[in-house]
Amino acid sequence: MNEMARLQKRRLALYGWMLAAPALALMSLFAFYPAIATFWHSLFSRGTSRRPSVFAGFENYGDLFADPTFWTVATNNLIYAGVTIPVSIIFALVMALWANAHIPARSFVRSAYFTPTILPMIAAANLWLFFYTPDLGVIDQITGFFGASPTNWLGQPETALASVIIVTIWKEAGFFMIFYLAALQTIPPDLHEAARIEGAGRWTYTRRVLLPLLMPTTIFVFVNAMINSVKLIDHLFILTKGGPNNASKLILYWIWEMAFAYFDSPHAAAMTILVLLALGLVAVAQFRLVEKRTHYR
Amino acid sequence: MTNQPPFIRINAVSRVFNGGNGVHDLSLDIPRGSFVVLLGPSGCGKSTTLRLIAGLETADQGSIAIDGKDVTSAPPSKRGLSMVFQSYALFPHLSVAENIIFGLKVRKTHKDEIKTRLTDALRVTGLEGYEDRKPAQLSGGQRQRVALARAIVAGHPLCLMDEPLSNLDAKLRHAVRKDIRDLQQRLGITVVYVTHDQTEAMSMADIVILMKDGRIEQVGNPADLYLKPATAFAAGFVGSPPMTLIPASALPASVIPDGLDANHLTFGIRPEDLILSTGQNDHPWGIPATVTGSEFLGAETFVFVAIPGTDGATARLPGRVEISPGTEVSLSWAGAAAHWFDGERGHRLTPTIPGTSAQDTKITSQPDTATSTL
Repeated sequence: MNEMARLQKRRLALYGWMLAAPALALMSLFAFYPAIATFWHSLFSRGTSRRPSVFAGFENYGDLFADPTFWTVATNNLIYAGVTIPVSIIFALVMALWANAHIPARSFVRSAYFTPTILPMIAAANLWLFFYTPDLGVIDQITGFFGASPTNWLGQPETALASVIIVTIWKEAGFFMIFYLAALQTIPPDLHEAARIEGAGRWTYTRRVLLPLLMPTTIFVFVNAMINSVKLIDHLFILTKGGPNNASKLILYWIWEMAFAYFDSPHAAAMTILVLLALGLVAVAQFRLVEKRTHYR
Repeated sequence: MTNQPPFIRINAVSRVFNGGNGVHDLSLDIPRGSFVVLLGPSGCGKSTTLRLIAGLETADQGSIAIDGKDVTSAPPSKRGLSMVFQSYALFPHLSVAENIIFGLKVRKTHKDEIKTRLTDALRVTGLEGYEDRKPAQLSGGQRQRVALARAIVAGHPLCLMDEPLSNLDAKLRHAVRKDIRDLQQRLGITVVYVTHDQTEAMSMADIVILMKDGRIEQVGNPADLYLKPATAFAAGFVGSPPMTLIPASALPASVIPDGLDANHLTFGIRPEDLILSTGQNDHPWGIPATVTGSEFLGAETFVFVAIPGTDGATARLPGRVEISPGTEVSLSWAGAAAHWFDGERGHRLTPTIPGTSAQDTKITSQPDTATSTL
């Protein structure tokens, strides 16, 4: 009897490992091992045919911090994240609230909002390239109608980053809207009616009931937006290539440049590790802080 | 009740949804301080009526007045009422206390007053000690009490309840029924209560409003509904087990009162009024029937019998009765216990012959006034 229970327990443990094994194998192969290998690689100097690579400790990291481009790129990425994350979340929420209301052509509105998400980023970037074209593009056509002179939106340091940011928001907001829409549909209509009877107006209901209940979704979307702010750089290749004068260069684009344009993989590896570290820290802080204040059903 | 004006007056209100459900030309007066139950099967319009009073639905036609004020187009918050939802509609992210004072906070009530009112509401509903719990940490009965507390905390003179007990188990339902009734009496508020459970209606109501297909079938106190159902529908809906309704053509001509046409007549008899006799027939007449089964419930036994040409009947006999299926019995009843309804339209008919009806000796076969809406 006792023996039987022990066997059963062991069998359950075995099943658990068996079920976890495929994911664990894939994760090790494509996430854990590359991360460790990258770290290891970042500790060696760049090897050439005449000077083989040698162990350099944290020298590569020191080089990065000494490079002014590093600070430009980091600042760019902070601005990029600081604008795209909150703005796309707010847009997503507003669009979801509207698309969830009883309005005519509701499904049309929903799919219209979602369309940018379906487009590949490269295609979207090409579209926006036309929009931004000085003098001929849609944007200059409109501003020109009001008498403004043509602007080279992507070609001047003052507007390049902002232009890139707008494309990202346009692309992301519809995607995040879907999550909000799904969350909104799980909130029973009774709650709104109860709030109405208690005298709560639309704004009070949104602030006191809707937003707290959407908090889990907001966290999820926030984490995704944050990852995207580092990850999603496809449009840079089409729009600005990080220029002019690094004005719109983001971290991942810079890493790509170092690794595959200048073939300086140790520095690229070091930069990658820094990004991983930063993202890890933010994620931990986020879940620690926000988790406590969130109601999960 | 004195001759004061009604607390709620619903005048010729219609609200029709796509598909034809809703309420049609509904007129209703509800006196102040009464416990009114809207009773009916699902889809009869009882919830729509409640939502019309609450202001969650707007009437297509007609007017609604609460406490002498026309509120037909007023928003729910301006009607001075509270509501208990079937799902309780508690805010899952707020604690018990925050749920209860949600409305007070929205209305910017003074902090001290909120505190006293909260303490009162918690005490009245027996929720002391649960203030900081979230609804998910409460049992069904406790959640129901939170919903009640939220409804009474504002001190509104009118409380609407939409099937508030349907998510509770049978035993708890019985206890809460009594609690709600006591609370209503103590606070002296007017309660409009929606249910499809006729037991709830009978045990709680001052006035029962029986609805069917968006129209009022009968209005009256529970005894009226039980003893003098205005229609065959009312007879079949109120009472458990329901009144047996069989076409009069299946009965011997001798039991049919004079002046009523057996071909267009439905006969109704309450299970407890049905007399079952076996073998030696001491009754002057009887309808032959066959026992098909019985249910022993402790204090009483239900006996089901088959009568040729009908769906059968149920008799309620006190105590324990041993009777095996297949037994031939003879059915009879005291003349006054019989109810007669129009076979097609279903309204109540009053026989003319004093001999067959001890209570109603007045007029010729006429529909009761309460059925005029049909």
